[in-house]
Amino acid sequence: MENKQTYTVSIYTENNVGLLNRISGIFLRRHINIESMNISKSEIKSVSRFTLLVKVTESQIKKIIGQVEKQVEVIKAYYHTDENTVYQESCLFKLSSNLLTENDEIQTIINSSKSRVININKDFFVLEKSGAKEEIEELYHTLDQHGIMQFVRSGRIAITKDEMKISTLLSTNN
Amino acid sequence: MNTKTQTKPETVSKQKIHISGAEAVVKCLLEEGADLIYGYPGGAIMPVYDELYKYQDKINHVLTRHEQGATHAAQGFARATGKVGVAIATSGPGATNLITGIADAQIDSTPMVCITGQVASHLLGSDAFQETDIVGISTPVTKWNYQITKASEIPEIFAKAFYIAKSGRPGPVLIDITKDAQFDTFDFEYEKCTSVRSYQAKPEVNITEVKAAASLINNAKKPMIVFGQGVILGQAEEEFKAFIEKANIPSAWTILGLSALPTDHELNVGMVGMHGNYAPNKLTNECDLLIAIGMRFDDRVTGDLNRYAKQAKVIHFEIDPAEIDKNVKADVAVLGDVKESLAQILPLINENKHNQWIEEFTKLEAIEFEKVKKEDLYPTKDGLTMAEVLKEINIASGGDAIIVSDVGQHQMFACRYAKFNKTKSNITSGGLGTMGFALPAAIGAKMGMPDREVVMIAGDGGYQMTIQELGTILQNKTAVKIVVLNNEFLGMVRQWQQLFFDKRYASTEMTNPDFVAIAKGYSIDAKRVTKREDLASTVKEMMESKDAYFLEVCVEKENNVFPMIETGASVSDIRLA
Repeated sequence: MENKQTYTVSIYTENNVGLLNRISGIFLRRHINIESMNISKSEIKSVSRFTLLVKVTESQIKKIIGQVEKQVEVIKAYYHTDENTVYQESCLFKLSSNLLTENDEIQTIINSSKSRVININKDFFVLEKSGAKEEIEELYHTLDQHGIMQFVRSGRIAITKDEMKISTLLSTNN
Repeated sequence: MNTKTQTKPETVSKQKIHISGAEAVVKCLLEEGADLIYGYPGGAIMPVYDELYKYQDKINHVLTRHEQGATHAAQGFARATGKVGVAIATSGPGATNLITGIADAQIDSTPMVCITGQVASHLLGSDAFQETDIVGISTPVTKWNYQITKASEIPEIFAKAFYIAKSGRPGPVLIDITKDAQFDTFDFEYEKCTSVRSYQAKPEVNITEVKAAASLINNAKKPMIVFGQGVILGQAEEEFKAFIEKANIPSAWTILGLSALPTDHELNVGMVGMHGNYAPNKLTNECDLLIAIGMRFDDRVTGDLNRYAKQAKVIHFEIDPAEIDKNVKADVAVLGDVKESLAQILPLINENKHNQWIEEFTKLEAIEFEKVKKEDLYPTKDGLTMAEVLKEINIASGGDAIIVSDVGQHQMFACRYAKFNKTKSNITSGGLGTMGFALPAAIGAKMGMPDREVVMIAGDGGYQMTIQELGTILQNKTAVKIVVLNNEFLGMVRQWQQLFFDKRYASTEMTNPDFVAIAKGYSIDAKRVTKREDLASTVKEMMESKDAYFLEVCVEKENNVFPMIETGASVSDIRLA
């Protein structure tokens, strides 16, 4: 039995309505949970980039990439292991402003976790932290003891160490 | 969206004309040569129908009796002609009724463009009357789909739709058009699409792979070919024949590959899969080289994958990269258009005989004939068999007819016993197994190939799923020969109930209407055959008729289709009884 592992999937696509549905459907049909997903611009004008995180076997991910690439508006899809990428997640905490005045520990936590205050008013402040999932988890547990009013975490975004030759591909197809 | 950045239209300058979106739709169809289309009108598509009325001297719109019928007719047309089939429907239920046909076209790689009307763009998302998210619903079963909300998008989207539907591995495309986009006017100009930048229709054939394949073929002692519809879709019948003849390799077909190679060809060793022939199934697990050409190793073909051709090297000729290693691992994958790759491999392969190996097929075929075919074709018992009906059709047609079969036991008999001389002559729902496919598909096939004889074969179950299309035959005087093999059962399910559910015939027995009277109600000549002595003459009478003809054959109620590979069994465990 092949082992499952975390793969980051990068999909370069045309920026078209409905493609999200088409791509997510490929995973849904095979009962594969998408752990996180991010859609953004890419380095190429008018080309979008999907970044997905899935836990599957290598033979599964190969077949899925084939199905994804088969979609007309997908330019190219890749899968990478953690070692092949530089990746980050980002999160926001909403915390009571009282903590800043009444609790000395908070300032230390902010400094040592390399997070930063991005908004503050008399009732609450918002703390932002970017990093690996584990760092965010750790900060969550620390802050949880002081009461978190709201928490949200983004999907993973990742840059690959190897080149993905999308521009060359687009020029050859045209 | 900015489609201008994504497609590269042919640089042909044409004069612009100011017309409505609805008229543009009709003009686009004409530009693509789609002058025979199928559909059903309704509120949200009325502007387009109004234009079809004005253009009726140029474009023949066939009114089916149900939108599902329109899709199957378009499929039948596409499969018989090799052109893109077109089906039109209104929004809401009209659109959802297309889904079965679209799913069928997707899994069987049939080029089809479906056009649906949609509520006006300002009503989208408001749960308006007959509004349904057809783009969302059809996404998993289309090769591509798009919702047009502005008239000016029409030419480019239509050009792209036809290009995508027919290029590479073909498939269905759906275009949804809001009613306001049909009414709006704009400056129309049409340019055919020849490429889409994110879409590579077919991979380039790699000569290194071709050479690797040739080397395996030249060294093989016991090579065997399994070919699928890719040979037909790639119009590679001649290249394929030259290839197998040079190396003298026994060639078996999948259900959709049937008719790509004439039945009588000496290297044609029959069908693989669940109800395929004994020899090719057994010998799949004895060959030393399995050459798959334009087929996708469906589970009905392979049986248990862990016991499928494990002893053999595998070469896979395939246009769709996603099919490589999907089910069966290929030692050599030759990607690309099979017409090109087979032409390239021909000079690289050595002439060969493989006489001893071919003898193995002959021996097993003789066993199948003794144990199965003889009683199927020349029954010693009273009840009529489905196979003998096919035998009579073969005699009357000489093997020149297009056979359109439905889904079930009769389909397996049709594919096993029908004789084919010409390609694109076997039209059936392979991947999806859509009961009700045959009657409307036969209408499409006959209209697309009016000079050919088209014989539809269905069971009493599937026939009643789209029986309303007799109305389409009546209105259009379509000379389809309709054969219903009536065993008063949903036969294939009953066979499984007999074999695997201790004969508990749950909901498979049918009380049927007077089919002959129904056909006559639609002014179709009709006869019922219950005795063997009437069969040959009635089939002959049917085939000689210039018009549509209905023939009901009351066959033995509890006949089974053999050979059979049970679900989960290996191809070599194929049973003869």
